Amino acid sequence: MKLAYWMYAGPAHIGTLRVASSFRNVHAIMHAPLGDDHFNVMRSMLERERDFTPVTASVVDRHVLSRGSRDKVVSNISRKGEEQRPDLIVLTPTCTSSILQEDLQNFVDRAALYSESDVILADVNHYRVNELQASDKTLDQIVRYYLEKAHNEGILNRSLTDVPSANIMGILTPGFHNQHDCRELKRLSRESGVSINLVIPEGEFLKNIKHLPRAWFNAVPYREMGLMSATFLEKEYGMPYISTVPIGISNTADFITQVEKIVNLWVPAILGKRVNYALYVENQTRFVSQAAWFARSIDCQNLAGKEAAVSGDATHAASITKILAGEMGIHVSCSGTYCKHDMEWFNEQVQGLCDEVLITEDHTKVGDTIARIDPSAIFGTQMERHIGKRIDIPCGVISSPVHIQNFPLGYRPFLGYEGTNQISDLIYNSFNLGMEDHLSDVFGGHDTKGISTKSLSIDEGNICWSPEAELELRQIPGFVRGKIKKNTEVFARKNDISEITVDVMYAAKEILNP
Amino acid sequence: MKTLDSLAFECETGNYHTFCPISCVAWLYQKIEDSFFLVIGTKTCGYFLQNALGVTIFAEPRYAMAELEEGDISAQLNDQKELERICLRIKSDRNPSVIVWIGTCTTEIVKMDLEGIAPKVEKQIGIPIVVARANGLDYAFTQGEDTVLAAMVHRCPEYKTCNNNGKEQNKVQQFKVQTISAKESTFQPNRLTRIDLVLFGSLPSSVASQLTLELKRQSISVSGWLPSQKYSELPGLGDNVYVCGVNPFLSRTATTLMRRKRCQLIGAPFPIGPDGTRAWIEKICSVFQVTTNGLEERENKLWKNVQDYLQIINGKSVFFMGDNLLEISLARFSIRCGMIVYEIGIPYMDRRYQAAELLLLQDTCKKMQTPLPRIVEKPDNYSQVQRIHELKPHLAITGMAHANPLEARNIDTKWSVEFTFAQIHGSSNARAILELVTRPLRRCKDSFDSISQSLSKQGMIS
Repeated sequence: MKLAYWMYAGPAHIGTLRVASSFRNVHAIMHAPLGDDHFNVMRSMLERERDFTPVTASVVDRHVLSRGSRDKVVSNISRKGEEQRPDLIVLTPTCTSSILQEDLQNFVDRAALYSESDVILADVNHYRVNELQASDKTLDQIVRYYLEKAHNEGILNRSLTDVPSANIMGILTPGFHNQHDCRELKRLSRESGVSINLVIPEGEFLKNIKHLPRAWFNAVPYREMGLMSATFLEKEYGMPYISTVPIGISNTADFITQVEKIVNLWVPAILGKRVNYALYVENQTRFVSQAAWFARSIDCQNLAGKEAAVSGDATHAASITKILAGEMGIHVSCSGTYCKHDMEWFNEQVQGLCDEVLITEDHTKVGDTIARIDPSAIFGTQMERHIGKRIDIPCGVISSPVHIQNFPLGYRPFLGYEGTNQISDLIYNSFNLGMEDHLSDVFGGHDTKGISTKSLSIDEGNICWSPEAELELRQIPGFVRGKIKKNTEVFARKNDISEITVDVMYAAKEILNP
Repeated sequence: MKTLDSLAFECETGNYHTFCPISCVAWLYQKIEDSFFLVIGTKTCGYFLQNALGVTIFAEPRYAMAELEEGDISAQLNDQKELERICLRIKSDRNPSVIVWIGTCTTEIVKMDLEGIAPKVEKQIGIPIVVARANGLDYAFTQGEDTVLAAMVHRCPEYKTCNNNGKEQNKVQQFKVQTISAKESTFQPNRLTRIDLVLFGSLPSSVASQLTLELKRQSISVSGWLPSQKYSELPGLGDNVYVCGVNPFLSRTATTLMRRKRCQLIGAPFPIGPDGTRAWIEKICSVFQVTTNGLEERENKLWKNVQDYLQIINGKSVFFMGDNLLEISLARFSIRCGMIVYEIGIPYMDRRYQAAELLLLQDTCKKMQTPLPRIVEKPDNYSQVQRIHELKPHLAITGMAHANPLEARNIDTKWSVEFTFAQIHGSSNARAILELVTRPLRRCKDSFDSISQSLSKQGMIS
C-alpha cells in the first residue's frame, strides 16, 4: 500500500478511453462499478465537448460480484450497437474487473457474433501501466486490428501517395494543447510541401486506418503517445517515423531536417528534384517565430542566469528545459518528469542542461525540491502551480495533468514556430511578474506583507528573531529575503543559536557568502 | 403508505451517471475538523477524487489514498501491517482524533476485512478508527455520507437517561417510522421539560445553527448533531433520544439509529425550501406536542421575498435526471414554486425513510394542481436523454457528463452536484436554491438563437 494524495498520471482505463473517444464513431464500454464513468465529466468539462462522450459503463454491482456478469456485458454491448451503431466497441477493463478476473475476452467474442460493430477488448493491465502507457498501447492495438482486417479483406493499399505525405500520430482528447498543436503541425507540413495523410486518433474514422501505410512517414510529436504504433508500422510496413518533439526553435529545425531527409529518399525519383528546407527554416526562425529575436533582446538578457525548475511529462519537461537552458540562457536548477517509464530518454535529453534531474511520481518530493532550490520561476503542471502559489514563486503551466485553463479558446500551440512564440510569452510573463514584484520591493513599494518563509515543510525547532533583526530583515529586498532568512536560520541551527540578532545575521552572511 | 399509491414508481436499468460515494470525504473532512479520511482503494479512486474535488486537493486536505498495489491484491502483503504503517504516518503527520477508513469496490472484491482489522490497528496506534464501506458496488454519491454516519453512530456515547422504565415498552415501536401520525408515538409527559433531540446529516456549521435556531424559536432545543464539528463531541444516543434527518439520503443512518441505539425516528419532510422547512418544524413540534408559533406568516414572508425568482420559473418545466437523492425534495420545492416536473430520476428510493417527503410531494401537486411526476429509480441515462428530446423541458437538472451536450442541443441545464455543495437547507436558503435553478434561465441567449438552432457538431457530420 502506498499513501498518496495526488497522482500525475491517471489509471490505465483513462488512457484507453481517451483513445477510444478520440476516434470518431467508436464507443467504449467500461466494465466498472457505478461512479467510475467520471471520464465523461472530465471530457465534457475540460474540452467543453458538445457531444455526448461515447463512453458507458456495464455496471458491476453486488449481483455481478456474487454471480458474475453472465449476459450483462454481452447484452450491453449489443444494445449499444443497436442504439448508436458505432464502428467499434472497445470493452474497457478497470481495476475492479481486473480483480474479478471474468473472462472478458469471451464476452467480446460472444458479442462480436451478434453485433454489427467490431468489438475488441482493450489489452491493458491496470496494475502495471498508467494512463499514458495504456493510451499508447490501445492506439497500437486498434491500428493493428484494422490493418490486419484490411489485409485479410485484401483492401490494404500500400502504394505511397503521389506527393510526400505524413501521418500525425498521438493527437488525443483531452490532451494538453493537443488540438492547437495539431493545427500547427499541419501548417508546418503544408508549408514544407508535405500533405497530411491521416491524423490519428483524433477525429478519424476507423475505415481510414487502412490508408495509414500510404504515407511516406509518421510524425510522433509526443513521447507518450503513438510511439508504439509508429514502431509497429516501421517494422511491418517499413515506414520511417520522426519522434523528435518539435517544441522550441532548435527542435523544430531538427524535426524539419529529418522530414527533409525522409522526403529526399523518394522525391527525386517521383518529382525529379530534391527538396531543401534550409531557407524555410531560416525564414521561419527569423521572421515567423519571434523567439530567436526575443532571445537576443534586452528583455531576455535580464533573464540570463536566473534559476528555474522544470517538471512535467517527459515530452514537455525535456523540451522546455532545452528552451530555457539552450535558447534563453536561463539556469535550470532542476528538471524532472513523472514519466518513470521513459526515464532513460529523459535523462539523455536533459543531460548537461540542468543541475539535477528528478524522476518521481511523488508530488511532495517535487515540492520539497522546489522549496529547497527556491527558483525564480517554475515550469510545471497544475500541481507545481499550486506549490508555487504556496511558496510565492510564479509558475508557468507546461504539461498535463490538465485543468480547464489548459483548454484555451484562443490559438495556443506549444509545437512549431507559433509554439515558440507562445512559449516565449509564457516564460517571459512568469519571470516578469516575479521581477515586477521585486522592483516594488526594492523601491519599498507595497511592502505590507510579512516575511514569507518560502518553505513547504513546517518550521522545525524554535528559532526566534529579535525585533532589531526582524527590522533588518525587512530592509532586504523581497526577492532574496526568503533565502536570507532561511540561510540565517540554518546557520543558527547549526551553531545552536536560539535567538537571531543582527550580529548573527551578519555572521551568517559572512560565512555563507565570503 | 396507502396514500402513496397514486405516485408512479418505475425502475430502469441503473445505467446512469453519478459520483462515486467516496466523494463524501470532500465535505465530511471539512465538517469534522479533527478527522482524517483514508480511502483504501486503487488509482481509479484516487484519480476520481483529485479530479472531482478540484482545488481542494491543493489545500493540504485531511484525506488521502491508501493505494493498493499488486502485492495487496494478491495478498502477498499483510493488510493489517500495511494499514498500520500508513496510519502511523498519518498520526505523526497530522495527529487526527479519528481516522475514517473508506472501503471501496476493491476492498469489497478482495474481501479485505476492514472491520476486523480496524480494532487491532486502533489499539496499536491509539486513535479511533471508523470503517465505512462507501463503494460504487452498492451506493451512489451522497449515500457515501450515509455509510460514514451510520458507522459513526456506533461511536456515539450512550445517553444516560434518568428514566429507564420505558425501555421494554418502547421496543415495540422502535421499528416504526412515525410518519403517519406522530400522536401515536410513545410520548411521555416528562419530556416536556427535557427534550432529547439529535439531528443527523452533515451541514455547514452556519446552516446547522440556522436550523437549530429555527427550532429554538419554537422552544425546542437541539441536544446534538451527528456529525458534530469535532469527533470528540459526538452526541449521546439512547432509548429516549429522538432523532430526525435533515437530508433525504440518510436511510441507513436512520435505521442504525433506531435498531442499534434504540432512538425514536421522527419521519418528516426535509428542511429544503420554505415549505419543507415549515413541514419539518411542524412535524418535530407535533412529536413533542409543542404548538407552533408564527410558522405560516414566516413561510409566506419568505415566499414573498423570492417573488422575483418565482416569476422567472413559474410555469416552466423541469426534468431531474437523478444522481444525488435530493431529487424528491427539490422537485417538491420546484412544484411549489410553480414549475412542472416531468420526471424525477433518483438513484435509490427508500419509501419508508422518505415517506413524509413523498406525502408532501403529493400534497403539493394537489395544491398546485399539477400532474404527479413519474419517479424513476435507477434511471437509464440513454433513455432519459431520448425522453428529454421528446419532452423538451425548459430545464434539465443533470450531471456534468450530460450538461454541455444538452446545452449544445438547446436544452438548458443546471449541474446537479451544485445542489449538494450549496447551502440549501432552512427557510432562508430558499434564495440559494432558486439562484441555482434560475441561473440557466436568466442567461442572455437570445442573441445567439438566430445564428444556430443547435450548436452540436454531431448533426453537421451525418
